[in-house]
Amino acid sequence: MDLPFKFVTLWTDVVLWVMLLGLGVYVRQVRRDAALRATWRRVFVTPSAMASAVLLGLMLLMTLADSVHFRRALPDVAGGVRAFDTRTESVLDIGLAKLIASRENSYSQPLATYGFSKESVPPQADAKPVLDEHGVPTLPARAYPRLRHGGAGLADAERDWAGDIAVRLAWGSLAGAAVSLLLWLLVRPARATTTTTQPPAWRAAWITASVMAVLVGWGVALSWGQGYHVFGTDRTGNDVLYMTLKSVRTAFVIGSLATIATLPFALIFGIAAGYFKGWVDDVIQYIYTVLSSVPNILLIAACVLMVQVFLDKHPELFETGLERADLKIFLLCLILGLTGWAGLCRLLRAETLKLRELEYVQAATAFGVSHWRIMQRHVLPNVMHLVLITTVLEFSGLILYEAVLSYVGVGVDPSMNSFGGMINQARVEMSRDPIVWWSFLAAFVFMVAIVLSANLFADAVRDAFDPRARVYRARPRAAVHPA
Amino acid sequence: MLQYILRRLGYGLVILIGVNLITFLLFFTVNTPDDMARLNIGGKRVTPDQIEKWKVERGYDKPMLFNDQAQGTDQLTQTVFWERSVSLFVFDFGRADNASGGDIGYQIAQRMGVSLRLTVPIFVLGLLASVIFALWLVMFRGTRVDFWGVVACVVMMSISSLFYIIVGQYLFSRVARLAPISGYAGGLDAVRFLVLPICLMLVASLAGQARFFRTLFLEEAGKDYVRTARAKGLAETAVMGRHVLRNAMLPIITSSGSALPGLFMGGLLTESFFGIPGLGSYTIDAIASQDFAIVRAMVFLGSVLYIVSNILIDVAYTLADPRVRMQ
Repeated sequence: MDLPFKFVTLWTDVVLWVMLLGLGVYVRQVRRDAALRATWRRVFVTPSAMASAVLLGLMLLMTLADSVHFRRALPDVAGGVRAFDTRTESVLDIGLAKLIASRENSYSQPLATYGFSKESVPPQADAKPVLDEHGVPTLPARAYPRLRHGGAGLADAERDWAGDIAVRLAWGSLAGAAVSLLLWLLVRPARATTTTTQPPAWRAAWITASVMAVLVGWGVALSWGQGYHVFGTDRTGNDVLYMTLKSVRTAFVIGSLATIATLPFALIFGIAAGYFKGWVDDVIQYIYTVLSSVPNILLIAACVLMVQVFLDKHPELFETGLERADLKIFLLCLILGLTGWAGLCRLLRAETLKLRELEYVQAATAFGVSHWRIMQRHVLPNVMHLVLITTVLEFSGLILYEAVLSYVGVGVDPSMNSFGGMINQARVEMSRDPIVWWSFLAAFVFMVAIVLSANLFADAVRDAFDPRARVYRARPRAAVHPA
Repeated sequence: MLQYILRRLGYGLVILIGVNLITFLLFFTVNTPDDMARLNIGGKRVTPDQIEKWKVERGYDKPMLFNDQAQGTDQLTQTVFWERSVSLFVFDFGRADNASGGDIGYQIAQRMGVSLRLTVPIFVLGLLASVIFALWLVMFRGTRVDFWGVVACVVMMSISSLFYIIVGQYLFSRVARLAPISGYAGGLDAVRFLVLPICLMLVASLAGQARFFRTLFLEEAGKDYVRTARAKGLAETAVMGRHVLRNAMLPIITSSGSALPGLFMGGLLTESFFGIPGLGSYTIDAIASQDFAIVRAMVFLGSVLYIVSNILIDVAYTLADPRVRMQ
């Protein structure tokens, strides 16, 4: 096979796709099971949850596009072995190739055509040095440099800038409106055919999708062709929008992978402790009390320092810098899993303690069903709702946690784009004068959007799966306690 | 009472042994003392002599867990584990791995007070503010105030505490010049430096706590005795303050126990952002310079504080609820 590229399978790529497969299996199971289907319907009846699901879905698509990596083949060097570019790209990078290519020299404001700080203008090659009245050559003039890519198509940047932006925004809105209309046509039949009394919140989904379509339309239109840097550029001239979009994957990897990593410990230990009681319970309780009495961030810091040394000692485990960063984030997720299972374990233990006294478990014991089988058939399915609720609740918390960890210096690799890294950078940029605010703002907007929708979605899931929580929802105008 | 506390302390000691063992294994299964020496001496070229010298100075030249060269009890005490871990139990933290680190015990004694001045107000005022805000929301339950209050809580919860700190520092210190950007001074002057960090951490932690307390209060507010209290003609404030709050006190105390680790982290962030020389900034510096001795001491100290405050909370629990008996 002689492909012009070779696929690079990163650890997190594999895990993300396996998780997607798992999600698919779960969806199939939900479709078959009437009770589960009804519960999930309750989630999607909530407008806020539906809107959040749309946003998260879009982010997930982007994450997946960013999770197929490859390296381009280099042009053949006289019959040698095929060599590959050291730079690893993803499918998302192909779509954003324009953003990667349009690199400036340094900071520039959003939608700017000129640089952010003055530079000395290099004198013309044939110009004579200008002398002042004492015959001393004057200092080179300093001016805001014209950006190489930002608004490069404008003949007169000052005069044409506003017009160009307006035209681009109009095109973006038009494209967004077109997509929105298309979605309306798709959603309408679904709304018409729903027979249940409580239809899923299609309208919320459509509105969110339309807003997103317009925003994406603006983003694409503004950076299309000889366009602008929508969120400006950072210190080394990289497009901030590109960095932000790449950070989404990091956030998703941390949020999902670290949560999944807690599950094996929490499930096995929690159910075993609750089911067997006695000395098994004592030992497991001891382990998680020890774990939770260490300040979590210190434990993680210690583990990450270990990983750092491990990676430094084993350079054979990775070929490129990206693979190293990927291995590091993978191990970081495992560490987060290893240190974060105590809470869920405690919940599962308490629930199992209750379940094991129920009649059907007693009956199974009387019939001589093995312990393993009882835990698998009778206990596990009945604690799954707790697992689900905790998983979705943890997701947003971990995204926030990543930022803190990166700040402390034990987060993802500095070479990897992440919200934490961006905030960390912003700390220095915000103390400049005049301040550089745009990468902070970009990280803020994206992070709040993701975490907020994850929180709203998690709330709806909890309300649907935990009947106790439902009574206490706040509504604009409704009785808090339904009769 | 005393017996109960003693037993809890005993169990705490057993847990500390576990903590110690975990950190020790964590540090030394992956790292050999040679690696640490190389890391700390730094530079391109490190001679074996230098490594040997560093190890002898720090006491890392001894065997890990068991010394077969020594006699009697020395077999156990003349080891890295004994010297660097068991000595922690008498709060002898030893020296930092870095040359500039100095004596850890001295540093901790210096910085402990500063940290407490920051975290204790955050904890107490945070609890107070969240309880009041949650009670206020519950007074208006089922109305727009409640709804938008909860919405505000969810939005505020979704914002990283880093954003609060960075924006707050920018607005209040740089633009409005109401507080110094960073630094610290002893005595009463400390207030000037501590007000802004404390306020920012209050805002950052308010939303999540208040929302949780709100559900607790609502659960209580739906119970029969509250209806009876209202039927007697008690004012809403009296119902809330005297009946609902007092009965929701137990879960609030429990949850404040689980908020303690977060407090530690909050201290870590604010101290390093505002240049306050407390334990948090000490820890962050240690992590940055990969000083394992300090990190290990801080892990130990953190767990001690956690265990002790959990015991205190359990005692408070029994004081708040006469039904709970200590056993």
